[in-house]
Order: sequence, then C-alpha cells, then structure tokens
Amino acid sequence: MAEVEETLKRIQTHKGVIGTIVVNAEGIPIRTTLDNSTTVQYAGLLHQLTMKARSTVRDLDPQNDLTFLRIRPKKHEIMVAPDKEYLLIVIQNPSE
Amino acid sequence: MGAGGLNTKGRHTQLGSGYLSCTSAFSGSPQPQPCGKALMQATGEMRAIIMQSHPNDILPLTLTSATQELFGCRCDEDVTGDNPYKILRKEDIVQDMRMRAAVSDFSPMKQLVLDYPEDELLLVYDRDFIYGSSFYLVLTADAKERHLKVIEVALEREPSEVFAAQKTSEPQPWISLGSEQEIEEESVTDSRPRLKYRISRVRREFGAPIFFSDRNAMETKDGFIECTPYQDKNFSLKQMERHTGVQTIPNLKSSSTQTQWTYPRSMCTQYEPREFSEEKKENCLQSEKLKNFVNSVASRFEIAIQQNEIMDVFFDDWKALSEEDSGYGRKADPHLKEYQSFTDLHFSKEKTISNINWHPTINGVIAVAVTERLSFEDRINGSTKLLLNPSLILFWSFSDPINPQLLLECPDDVFSFEFCPSDPNIIVGGCMNGQVVLWDISTHVEQLQGTHKRENETPVVRYCAVSGIENGHKAPITDIQWLPGTFEVSRMGVPMENKNGICVQIVTCAPDCCVMFWDIRAPRVLQTMADQRKQKVEEKPLENPHGVPNTFKHLDLTWKPLIRVQHISYCKTRLQLVLSTTFCPQDGELVYTDWKLEKDNDSGRLFSAKPSHRFIIHDGQVNTVRRSPFFKDIILTVGGWTFAIWKEGVTNGPIIQSSCSQKKCTVGYWSQSRPAVLFIGKEDGNIDVWDLLEKTHEPSQTQNITATQITCIKPWIVSSKQHLLAVSDHLGTLHILEIPWTLRSPSSNEKLSMSKYFEKEVDRLVYFEKRREMRAKEKKDYEAEELRKKTYLIKRPVIFIIEK
Repeated sequence: MAEVEETLKRIQTHKGVIGTIVVNAEGIPIRTTLDNSTTVQYAGLLHQLTMKARSTVRDLDPQNDLTFLRIRPKKHEIMVAPDKEYLLIVIQNPSE
Repeated sequence: MGAGGLNTKGRHTQLGSGYLSCTSAFSGSPQPQPCGKALMQATGEMRAIIMQSHPNDILPLTLTSATQELFGCRCDEDVTGDNPYKILRKEDIVQDMRMRAAVSDFSPMKQLVLDYPEDELLLVYDRDFIYGSSFYLVLTADAKERHLKVIEVALEREPSEVFAAQKTSEPQPWISLGSEQEIEEESVTDSRPRLKYRISRVRREFGAPIFFSDRNAMETKDGFIECTPYQDKNFSLKQMERHTGVQTIPNLKSSSTQTQWTYPRSMCTQYEPREFSEEKKENCLQSEKLKNFVNSVASRFEIAIQQNEIMDVFFDDWKALSEEDSGYGRKADPHLKEYQSFTDLHFSKEKTISNINWHPTINGVIAVAVTERLSFEDRINGSTKLLLNPSLILFWSFSDPINPQLLLECPDDVFSFEFCPSDPNIIVGGCMNGQVVLWDISTHVEQLQGTHKRENETPVVRYCAVSGIENGHKAPITDIQWLPGTFEVSRMGVPMENKNGICVQIVTCAPDCCVMFWDIRAPRVLQTMADQRKQKVEEKPLENPHGVPNTFKHLDLTWKPLIRVQHISYCKTRLQLVLSTTFCPQDGELVYTDWKLEKDNDSGRLFSAKPSHRFIIHDGQVNTVRRSPFFKDIILTVGGWTFAIWKEGVTNGPIIQSSCSQKKCTVGYWSQSRPAVLFIGKEDGNIDVWDLLEKTHEPSQTQNITATQITCIKPWIVSSKQHLLAVSDHLGTLHILEIPWTLRSPSSNEKLSMSKYFEKEVDRLVYFEKRREMRAKEKKDYEAEELRKKTYLIKRPVIFIIEK
C-alpha cells in the first residue's frame, strides 16, 4: 500500500503534472488527485478510448498489445497506461 | 543516206558510197525506215539492195562444184541463203592450190591467200550475186571480224514491226448484236389496237332515287373475292448477318416498402457515474495486483513526463521564427502619416484645443473642446467679449473636413469632457468656472452617423444640465472622469456594486484642492445611507427652454456633488481613477491617495484621509496621468521635461523615468495596441514615439506634426488595419494621423517582455533601496567604529617605566 502511494506521489510531484487517476477495468475511478467531476469525466472517456485503441492495435497484429497511450491536446498532455485490470492516467502540462 | 555506218558496238566502218542506209538497221537506232520488200526478206542476212562494186577486202570468186565438194560449201546444201558463211582453213586452200595448181579456183588469189595473216578465212556464199559471183572471200582479218559480228547481231535481231497505216474511219452500217432487244422490251407499245366500249343508260332512269340495301357477303357463294395471304417462298430471306451494338447497364430494380410511422417524442435520461464506496476503494488499493500494476507502469510514465519536461515536441519553430522576422524585414515607413486635419475658421480661429475625445461608438467622429488662447489677465480683461462668444465643443466627422457636424454649447470654456461609457449620447464636461455640464445629443445621433442629410447650418446643442455655481468647484475643472459602470460610490465613499451597469457617477478635480464625486441620477434613487449633514439634492421642476431634452432636468442648476474630497493645499490638475485610490498630480508632485472618507471621532465630521504617498519627480506641472491599457497597475505620468512610469504598490519611486528632453513634454498617451509603445507630445509640435523594448534612453522616432505646442493626443482603433492618432495643437487644428504597421502591431510576446521588464525594474528599485539601507547602515557602523576608536585612544593609559 505504501509502495503504491509512494510511486504515485513520485509521479505526481514531477514538474508540470496536474493530476493522476487510477481507474479499474470498468472505468470506475479508484484513486485520484483531481476533483470528483473531472475525475469521473476523465475516467469514463479515457477508458473507452483506451479500449478502442487497444482493440485497434490487436486488430492490426493479434500478438501485439497496447502498452502506453499519449494524447496531446493543445493545452496539456494526457498519458494512459492500460493493464488487464487497471488504468493509470496522468495529466501533465509540458514545458511552457 | 550514204554516210551511215555500221554502228555495231561502237565500231565505225566507212562503207562505200553505194551502200544504203539500210545498214543502219543494224545500228540499233530506233528509227523507222521506210523499207522495201528487200528488207522484209532480209532476216539475218546482210544484203545490200543495190550493189555496184565490191569493197576492197572482199574478193568475189567462183567455185566449181568440185571445189565446193572439197571444202564442204556446196551451194544450197552446206551454205544456204540463211547460212552463207563458211570458215576455210588457210592450209587447206594452200594445199588445194599446190595440188591443183592452175586448176584451183584459188589460184588467181594465191598471193592474197598467202598474205592472209590468220589461219582461217571466211568464205561467204553470195546467193544473190551481190558482188557478181556466187562466193566471195573475205580478205582481211578486220572484215572477217566484221562479218562474224554481223552474224551474231543478225541472229539476235528482233523481227521488224509491222506498222499499220493510219486511216480516218468512215461510217459503216450498224451491225446489230442483240442489245436493242432489251430496250425494245422495256418500251411500252400497244400490242393490239385499243378497244372501245360504249355504255349507255335509259334516259328515264336519270335522276331516279337511289335505294341502297344490305347484302351479306358470306351468304352467297362468290359474294366476294378475297386475296388470301400466303407465304411466298420467293421472298423468304434469311438474314445471315446482323450488326447490332450491346450495352450493359446496371441491374435496376425498383421496389417499395412501407414503414411504420412513428412520431417523435421528447425523452430524457439522467445518469450518474458509477462510483465505488470508500471501503471498496480501500480494498482495491490494498490489492496486490494494483501494486504490481503500478510498479510496472511507473517507469513508462516517468520517461514520458521527463520527455515533456525537457522539451516541447510540438512547438512550431518555423512559425515562431517567421513572426519575429516579419517585424524587421518590413521596409514600411514607420512614420505617422497624416490622414486628415480639421480646423474651422469660424469656430476655432484663435482658439486652442484643450481636449479631444473620440466618439466611442460612431466611427469617424471626434469631438474637440475649443478654448480661448488667453492668459489669465487677458481673460479677465476681455471677459465681456468672452461672454458674447460662446464656448463650444465641436464634433468633426471624417466625411466632412470643412464643417463641424455638431456644436455643443457650453457656459464657459471646457477644459475636459468625456463621453459616458455606457451611453455615448451623454457627455459631461468641466468648465473654467468650476461648473459641471451635461449634454444629451441623442436627437442628433443620426446626423452624426451620417444617415441624415445635413442641413446647411451646423446644429447647436445646448447643455441640458449644469451644476450650480456655488456647488461646484472654485477653480477650473481640469479633469473629469466617469466612474466605471460596474460600481458606484456611496455617500461615505465606500465603493459599491452598481446594479444597473450604467455609468452614473462622475469624478472631477480642480486646482481648488477638491475632488468631487457627482451622481447624475434623480435624487430618489440615491441611497441615503446616513443623511446627516450631507447635502441633499433638491428637485425642482424646470421648464424646458431651447428644445433641450429633459434628461437631466432634475439636475439642472441644482446639481450638487455627492462627495467632496478635500485635500489640504494640494492643487489638482489631473486625476486617474482606480478602484479605491487616486493619483492626483500637481505642480510636479504625484500624490497617491485613498479617497475614502473617514470619520473623525471628535468632531463627527467626515474628512478625507491624508495622502499615502507623495513623489516629486517631474520638474514641471504634471499634465498626464494614464493607466496602461495592458497592465492594470502601470501608470504613465508626463510632466515637465520628463515622463515616468509607475507601478502601483511600488512606493519607492517610478520604475522607469525618462531622461530630460530638450523641450517640455506636454502630453502623453499609451499606445492602444502595443504594450511597449507610448506617444509623448512636445511643446515644439513634435511627437516622440517611445518603444520601451527598443530603446529607453531616447525615443524610437520623432516626428514633427505642427509648429506649435501639442495639447492633446488620443489614439483610436478604427479597425485592425487602421489605427488613428488624434493630435491637437495650440493653434486649434486637429490632426488625424495614421499609425503605421510597425507601431501598431505588437511583436510576439511583447506583453510578456514588457511585464518582465517592469519586474526587472521593480527589482532594481528594491535592490537600490536595500543597498541604500545597507549603505546607511554601513555608514552608521563606520561612524560608530570611528567614534569608538577615538574614545579608545583617549582613554588609553600611559605607563611610564623608569629604570634606575
């Protein structure tokens, strides 16, 4: 438990990181550093997008799998790491 | 005819004159010769037609039959007319001559034969006795050659052609070959004489009524004759070949279906996201799987985050580069171009313009306040004349540079006036005698906009409200400002939110050490918080003279200020408003005050607080206090020979102060579009354009506009392509200048650079302050040290040791 906390904290304290969210396989947020409404929105939308991205990758090559997804909107960057059961989302504002 | 020779293969032989040209028949020349019968017989024979004497190399001789048998040249047997040539061997002839001596036929030519060079001699049978004998012997080798050649040629010669004589044809009787039969068959002729029939009828039956009846054709046999069709075998044609074209088209299929009609219905759903309860979250967090997951993915994240920190991959260097470049590359003229200039001979002659204002909403309309160009004494001396000449505010429009569009009449010279920000039809002005004047131009707005055709005379609008003389200032009102529409000030001086959103309050200042707040609403709307000894605004119904709108009837002549802020001994010339403070510069001194009225506990009177800060920076009267349109806390002040930029909150001094210029600075203004640019007007008619990012020790450019002192500068943004600067001078002329591209378009990050620059300057000031303190401290320490040393020296005992 402490390890998990520590790792997440380490990520959170990087320069420019706005928030981190841990989401389970169904898209329900487990742990977050943002407010509730934002968290829920991010979790729901990114969960769907990750599923789609993963299915795309696997369609192209069944032996391949999605390891990391980076989305670059204008204002900041969203990074998603999928797993079989969980999803970790980090939002960072890159160097200004 | 006789000259012809035998042209066989180029050989030319000269024959005797007796020869005819028929020998030329051998020459191969295609000349038809009239031939006689002799030629027709001569096929391969060389025969002369007429022979008189023999040539020299031929010797005719006669051979007996015995000789003939001996040599094999019997007449008409061995040698014939067709084959008259016989080759004889010379030895045989010699032998014969020896054997038969005189009997031999060859004896008369014995010598000749012996002389013959070759071995064989040619004997020619001369059947026609051309040379007079039956044989002749060819004597020379040349002749023999010749003859032999002739033989060959003759054999090859084609038979001569027969030429039919050409005659003109004569008409002959036509011989029928049977072709006229067809034509005769085609022509139609009577084969028999024509038959004539004559039919007559009895006379009495003429004109008798006719009766028709029906008869069924089927009943009687042979009632009708029909031609039944039948297949005629003659005409059955079988088409063997057919030429058609084929085109494919897509399969067209049309079908229809009927759907069930449904009508739309409004429905809505409401959902909320699923969430875990707290303990469930805790459970998840505890799980081993999560730990593993987080550990495994954390490294990826760190790499990615670090990448982002290092550099921004999506930054478009190319685009950023181009922005900077375009600024320098421009060869455009950086000067302010004269756009238009307004002066009115009638109204602004010998007057000066004290204030300019652009109309906030109508494009191309600008208002100027025209005042007399007189000093104080002159004013007093000429006061009666002045009363006759009313003071005016002129409205100019770009469409008409000669005549002003509108005139506002003022009770006295107006030094400053402003359009109401929320309602541009209301204009407030402050006069020389301390009165505050209000105009309402809503009736003339269409004219200003240019939609109405103008009458010949410029319309004059009288003011619709003016404050009472005893209530107003005691000195000319030098500056007047509308309070922003979002808040108002109560009687106590506390700013409150203005619920209406329209501007209702005005602040004025004058050199009589007063700043007054005025409210333009009717008194009953005013919040009377604590109406102790505060002046109340009385209402008095007034008649409506001169067609003036009744907008401010309630204020006319009785208008009193809401709040009067009295500052001790400070004359005010300009003021610039902030939420709760004012800058009131005067005589080179900048005063920063809070206008809140405080209640003095002792006397119960309200008085204003002392100014919090005073600065003496400028050497002359400060004539401009302006906030930067980009930075809320940066203020520009212009006075004397310098200008200074201040930041609110920084109380040490100005953050930037310019060097002294040659001429007095009379007015200044920030640029509306570029955070780093400001315009300073000088007393010699120059405009200095300062670009603080480019140079701070001198203006970036100077441009002369007019010959006299510049009294007011106001920029205005008409459109993104046109920025205008209105400049007025002491002579009463209003110049409108166009700001060039270099001065109106900000460079990239200009605002950021400026704010950084200001911060740097603030830091510098702070640093200086610190240094000063430090120096002071150091000095103090040093002095203390010195003192201590001195006293120490004095106090030190002297010990004498005397040795005996």
